[in-house]
Amino acid sequence: MKMHRFEEIFLIIGVAILVLSMVVTGYQTFALEMGPPSHTETIDPQKVDETAPFDNPGVFQTGDNEYEVVMTLQVFSFTPNQIEVPVGSEVTFTMTSKDVTHGFQIAGTNVNAMVMPGHIQKITETFDEPGEYLVLCNEYCGAGHQMMATTITVK
Amino acid sequence: MEAVVKNTFGSKVNEVAGVNKQDARITLTFFTVAFIAFFLGCVLGLLQGLNRAGLLELPAWLNYYQVLSGHGVLLVLVFSTTFMLGYFLAAFSHTLGGLLPKVRKMAWVGFALMVVGVVFVATTIIMGDASVMYTFYPPMAASPWFYVGLVFLVLGIWAVLFGGFINVADWRKKHKGQHLPLLAYFATGAFVLFFFGSIGVTIEVLMIIPWAFGWTETINVMLSRTLFWSFGHTLVNIWYLTAVSSWYVAVPKLIGGKLLSDSLARLVVIILVVLNITGGFHHQIIDPGITEGIKFMHVFMSLSIAFPSLMTAFAMFAVFERTGRKKGAKGLLGWIKKLPWGDVRFLAPMIAMIGFIPAGAGGIAQTNNQLNQVVHNSMWVVGHFHLTLGVTVVLSFCGIAYWLIPHLTKRVLTPKINKLGVIQTIVWSLGMLFMSGAMHWVGLLGSPRRTSYTTYGDNATALGWDPYLLFLAVGGTLLIIGAVLMVYIVFHLMFKAPKGETEFPIAEAEEDASETPKWTERWTLWIALMIAIVAMAYVIPIVDMIVNAPPGSPPFRTW
Repeated sequence: MKMHRFEEIFLIIGVAILVLSMVVTGYQTFALEMGPPSHTETIDPQKVDETAPFDNPGVFQTGDNEYEVVMTLQVFSFTPNQIEVPVGSEVTFTMTSKDVTHGFQIAGTNVNAMVMPGHIQKITETFDEPGEYLVLCNEYCGAGHQMMATTITVK
Repeated sequence: MEAVVKNTFGSKVNEVAGVNKQDARITLTFFTVAFIAFFLGCVLGLLQGLNRAGLLELPAWLNYYQVLSGHGVLLVLVFSTTFMLGYFLAAFSHTLGGLLPKVRKMAWVGFALMVVGVVFVATTIIMGDASVMYTFYPPMAASPWFYVGLVFLVLGIWAVLFGGFINVADWRKKHKGQHLPLLAYFATGAFVLFFFGSIGVTIEVLMIIPWAFGWTETINVMLSRTLFWSFGHTLVNIWYLTAVSSWYVAVPKLIGGKLLSDSLARLVVIILVVLNITGGFHHQIIDPGITEGIKFMHVFMSLSIAFPSLMTAFAMFAVFERTGRKKGAKGLLGWIKKLPWGDVRFLAPMIAMIGFIPAGAGGIAQTNNQLNQVVHNSMWVVGHFHLTLGVTVVLSFCGIAYWLIPHLTKRVLTPKINKLGVIQTIVWSLGMLFMSGAMHWVGLLGSPRRTSYTTYGDNATALGWDPYLLFLAVGGTLLIIGAVLMVYIVFHLMFKAPKGETEFPIAEAEEDASETPKWTERWTLWIALMIAIVAMAYVIPIVDMIVNAPPGSPPFRTW
């Protein structure tokens, strides 16, 4: 099977770009800890309200400028909602779903995670800019999906 | 009797003897269903576009999520499947010297099963009992009959696929040592991929049915989702492989050129078949329960599918340049002017190919983990697959329809219809350009997919997306005009166009082409390799999902 010279060059450049994109992705994931949300803890989806920490959802200060938001997602709301944190705080969201699969997205940031029943998901974001951030569910979850939203106010 | 003669003398005779009427009827029936589904799917698409733009409020008895479920099922499952099966059955009939009587029967049985399946699925969606989208993620549970319909659909597809395998096996037995004709080779690849790709989702549906009926209490949510995506992404790549087959085989002939390399075309098929199924994991990059290591391995799995597309890009543009130069083109880019831009049979697949350049690039970007996190479940993704499916696949399928339908009905594509086809192609492409472009942009800003019109209580961020979403209505309006034109052309070519002979375009190899290596025919090896790669990709995560599964979920009806 013979390949044209130009085709070889074209494919080598193409593959080099693919490999480069993989190297960047791998470097960001494993060296810079920027990997996608992949928390592996599980929970009984029918007993969320009785299982710690979700028996007490809310915003908790865990250090200087560090907060943990323990959150449940259910049709069609986030608990807690209308969260407030100071500027510059690093917030870890610990989430699970009480019913169907939901999505957790903060518009204007890279916070984007699937929240599924039976699984605990975690994602961390540092809020350096003050303002009101829109939080929304981005996985279709039922008739009121378009109303499932809340805000995070950073002051 | 006619069929027997053809089987003996093979495809050369078929070209002289013309079309096998019984085989043509199968393909034309599949196409009729395909384009009715296409039209209905596009109407539903327009409703969504108008709703998303804030221009149309949908009534309670036909809400956005019902419309969206119908749009997805009609276009992604019905239109593309029936078109692809009809087209490849015609390809087998033409290149292998007619379908065997047994295979014809299997195609009709398959068709009947598929119709039954679609009736179940459509009825449950219309009744509002299956607003679960075509992805039907548990623990959202539709009416059990929705899933029963899916089983019929899959069984019908399998009947046709196995008909294809029987025909190919029979031809190979009668033509020992010969290469399967290239188009039949593509068809075989696509059928193999379809069969193996659908196994995961079939297992999923068989898990769901007893759960939806209430016979089992809970379901493993993560396992279901993973099994679905082992199929979901393969499915779109099957349509892509179908489109690509027409680029390699028909397009060079239509522009007066030749096939660049038979061997490399076959290699593209092999790579797409072997590597495809594992690509599905890139739909789960931000899921919980799957480790970063596994997700990173799947970046490789997904990116490797881009390689054969790079080969295709080179091959196609090389054919265009060579053909143009043969026609006397001068300079670096003079060949572009020599291409038959006014011939819709070329224009439609050409725009399909050009559309795949940004579509493929966007795909490569969004399969990388961190970039995926930026766009996952946003309108960007919707923009992406309206480029890949809405432009690349749909326009390639239309391009095929312009010559295959008149070929089968013994009619001709008149200059007038050709012109209408050119207008159709341009209107459709502009519609997609507006719609898909706006979707990509507003997706980057954060606007989510699969959400009816909402401002989230007049939230400033969400209000900022509205101007972009208006383009969905603009694009949708152009697209519905394109859809009406296309359906008119299809039925005109079926029943009204003047009688005559239309060729089934099959490109010949260049005179100096090298011999195609024998190993390309070793399907057992390719299938074994495919299974090995699927095992590498899926065994560890799936075992983990089963062994370390959380307690399951009961069914929910949330709409």
